[in-house]
Amino acid sequence: MPAEIADAIALTLGLAAVVTVLLVLVGTPIAWWLAHSRASWKEAVAAVVALPLVLPPTVLGFYLLIALGPMGPGGALAGLWGARTLAFSFEGLVIGSVIYSLPFMVQPLRNAFEAVGTDPLEAAATLGAGRLQTFARVEAPLARAGYLAGGVLTFAHTVGEFGVVLMIGGNIPGKTKVLSVAIYDYVERLQWGEAHLLALGMVAFAFIVITLTMMIDRRLGRVSA
Amino acid sequence: MTRFLLALLLVALGAPAAADEVNVAVAANFTRPAEEIGAAFTARTGHDVVFSFGATGGLYAQITQGAPFDVFLAADDRTPARAVADGFGRAGTAFTYAIGRAVLYGPGLALGDGAAVLRAGRFSHIAIADPATAPYGAAAAAIFDRLGLAAALAPRLVVGQNISQALQFVDSGNAELGIVALSQVIDKPAAQVWRVPAHLYDPIRQNAVLLAGAADDAAAAAFLAFLRGPEAAAIIARYGYETVG
Repeated sequence: MPAEIADAIALTLGLAAVVTVLLVLVGTPIAWWLAHSRASWKEAVAAVVALPLVLPPTVLGFYLLIALGPMGPGGALAGLWGARTLAFSFEGLVIGSVIYSLPFMVQPLRNAFEAVGTDPLEAAATLGAGRLQTFARVEAPLARAGYLAGGVLTFAHTVGEFGVVLMIGGNIPGKTKVLSVAIYDYVERLQWGEAHLLALGMVAFAFIVITLTMMIDRRLGRVSA
Repeated sequence: MTRFLLALLLVALGAPAAADEVNVAVAANFTRPAEEIGAAFTARTGHDVVFSFGATGGLYAQITQGAPFDVFLAADDRTPARAVADGFGRAGTAFTYAIGRAVLYGPGLALGDGAAVLRAGRFSHIAIADPATAPYGAAAAAIFDRLGLAAALAPRLVVGQNISQALQFVDSGNAELGIVALSQVIDKPAAQVWRVPAHLYDPIRQNAVLLAGAADDAAAAAFLAFLRGPEAAAIIARYGYETVG
C-alpha cells in the first residue's frame, strides 16, 4: 500500500476517534438538557444543533475558513502557540468536524435520555442519590444504546466528511489530507487504481457501520419496549 | 439500479445540447476573462455560454466520462493534445488562446523581490494549486525547484484543488502568500504582486480545443472563432495574458 494511502487512513481514523470522544463530552450535556428542559425555546436550540444536517458543507466550510483565520477567533486561539491560523491544521479539522457531526451525537443521546423517562431518576432520588450520581449510575448506563449509536454515527460521519475538509484543510499529506479528499484527488489525477482501492474500502466500511447501527437500533427498541 | 437510471437520464438530458447554448469547461485561472468574453460573445451573437470552472486535470477527468462540454479551455497545451489523442477532442481545432503568467501574491508582505521573500521564509503558509492537476500548480512547483527552495517550502505548502482555491486561501488570510495567475490579481496593488521571472517556469501556453461531441455545433465553432478574434484578444490582454499573433 502506498505511504500516501496509509497516511490518509491513519489520519482519518485518528480524526474520527478524537471527534467522537470530544462529542461524547460536548454532546452529553446538550442532549441531557434537550431531553429534560421545559424551556419553551429548547426546540430552537435543538434546531441550531441540527443545522449541519441540512446546510451544505460549503456553508460551514466558508464560515470556518473565515473564523479559523487570522481575523477570526481561531486565529486568536492559534496565537496562543504562535501560529497564525487554525486552518490547514489537524486542530482546525477537529473543530470543523465537531460542529459538523454534532447532530449525529446529540440526536441519539437525546432520544435515549427521553426513553429512560423520569421513573428511574425519581426512584434514585428517593434513595438519596444526588443529581450527578443519578446521571452516572442510573441514567447514563440506561442510555448506553444511545451512546453506542451516537458514537458509531459520529465516527462514521467524520470518516465520510468531505466538503468542509476540502475547504479548510489545504490538502496536506499526513495532516489534513483525509481519505475522502485523497479519493477525490486520485479521481482527478486519473489514478483510478488507487481511487478504486480506497472507494471500495469505504463502501465496505459504510456497510459495516450501517449494519452495526441497525443492530443497535433493534436492541434499543427491545430495551425500551 | 436507481443510480443507473439516474445516470442514463442525465446522459439523455445532456446529449442534445441546445444549438444556441455553448457549454465551456474553463481552467480556473481564466475565470474572469472567460466571463467577460462570454458576455461579449452573447451580446454579439445571441448564443448563450455556460461556463464550468475547475482545475484542468479535474475538468479533463470529467470530459473522459462524458461531461456535456462543447469547448475546453485548458491551462496548458498538453491536456488538449491528450484530449485529441484520446478521441475526446477534435483534431486540428486546438490553438493557444492565451499565455499565462504566474505571480507570487501576498497582501501583507512587501513583494519588491519575491525571491528574497521566499528565501527569507518569514511566513507559515504558502498556497499553490495542485501540481498534479493544475498547470499553475505545476508552475509553482517548478518555481520553487529552480529557486532551490522546494525542500524548504514543502512543509509550508497548502494545496488548493485549483488556482481559485489557492487565491481563496490567501484572500481569507489563512495563507500569507500564494502562487496564482496574474489574471486573478490584476487589480491588486503592484506591491502585493511579484511577477515571477519567465526563466523560473515553463511558459504556460493555454490551449483551447473543440470537443468531439460538438463537432457539428455551429455555436461552439462560433465561440472558438470569437475567442481568436480581436475583441476577445483585447480582454485577454487586459488580464495580463499574452496572446499569440
